[in-house]
Amino acid sequence: MSTDRMEKTIMLPAPRARVWEAISDAAQFGAWFGVRFDGPFVAGARLTGRIVPTSVDAEVAKLQRPHEGKAFEFIVDRIEPMSSFSFRWHPYAVEPGVDYAKEPMTLVVFELAAVQGGTLLTISESGFDQIPPARRAKAFSANDSGWAAQTRLIGTYLAKGS
Amino acid sequence: MSRKPAAAAKLAGAAPVFAALGDTARLRIVQRLCDGGPLSITRLTEGAQISRQAVTKHLRALEDAGLVRSDRAGRERIWELRTKRLAEGRRYLDQIAAEWDGALARLRTFVERDKR
Repeated sequence: MSTDRMEKTIMLPAPRARVWEAISDAAQFGAWFGVRFDGPFVAGARLTGRIVPTSVDAEVAKLQRPHEGKAFEFIVDRIEPMSSFSFRWHPYAVEPGVDYAKEPMTLVVFELAAVQGGTLLTISESGFDQIPPARRAKAFSANDSGWAAQTRLIGTYLAKGS
Repeated sequence: MSRKPAAAAKLAGAAPVFAALGDTARLRIVQRLCDGGPLSITRLTEGAQISRQAVTKHLRALEDAGLVRSDRAGRERIWELRTKRLAEGRRYLDQIAAEWDGALARLRTFVERDKR
């Protein structure tokens, strides 16, 4: 029931070396996540990421396009080849006009384990209890406008079909 | 859009939950009530690093945010969690988790796409 930390585990049907490359190489990370970094991932590096539509999913790319070019801070924490990659950032930093620079960051950790048939990836994000209450509460309305956008998309899709 | 007022109300309603939880002592009380509640103030003060008075003050703050409630049992008040309200506090993390679900699905597509 922690409000400070979340964790996800996913089984990826690819060798550990492939998954490691996809998360530890800044360009490859950017391709699936939908971001372009101004430098390589090196432990301790302070980078700026800019949102670019992902090359992986056209639907998601469409949703990212309005935010294209939006910059966010990204600090590489630790890199342990083939096993762990971590960084700090401002979670859900999507509100226009808000300067997140002075707010605490959360820590995101990717951990890899080779298993039969692929790679087990565990990702955790922690430090949410330090995020200002108002910022966390804001996510409620942000979520609603997200759904509103989705509903509009479906509406447009249906209108086209008739 | 007709959802707007509801969203605004939800936003206004959620902020006190996060404010109340943004304190280590109060989080500890919530944790104790979660593990072994309902509990009396006497029990809540046992093993705590703070005075009974301080525990009472924190309980009031949690009560104001709707996170706990109390019942009188003889001479003591017994405090318990209002789990539904606490679940609202989790919704922010649920949303972050949903964002990650989306990102991880893209990572899967990405690593599957160029099998080598």
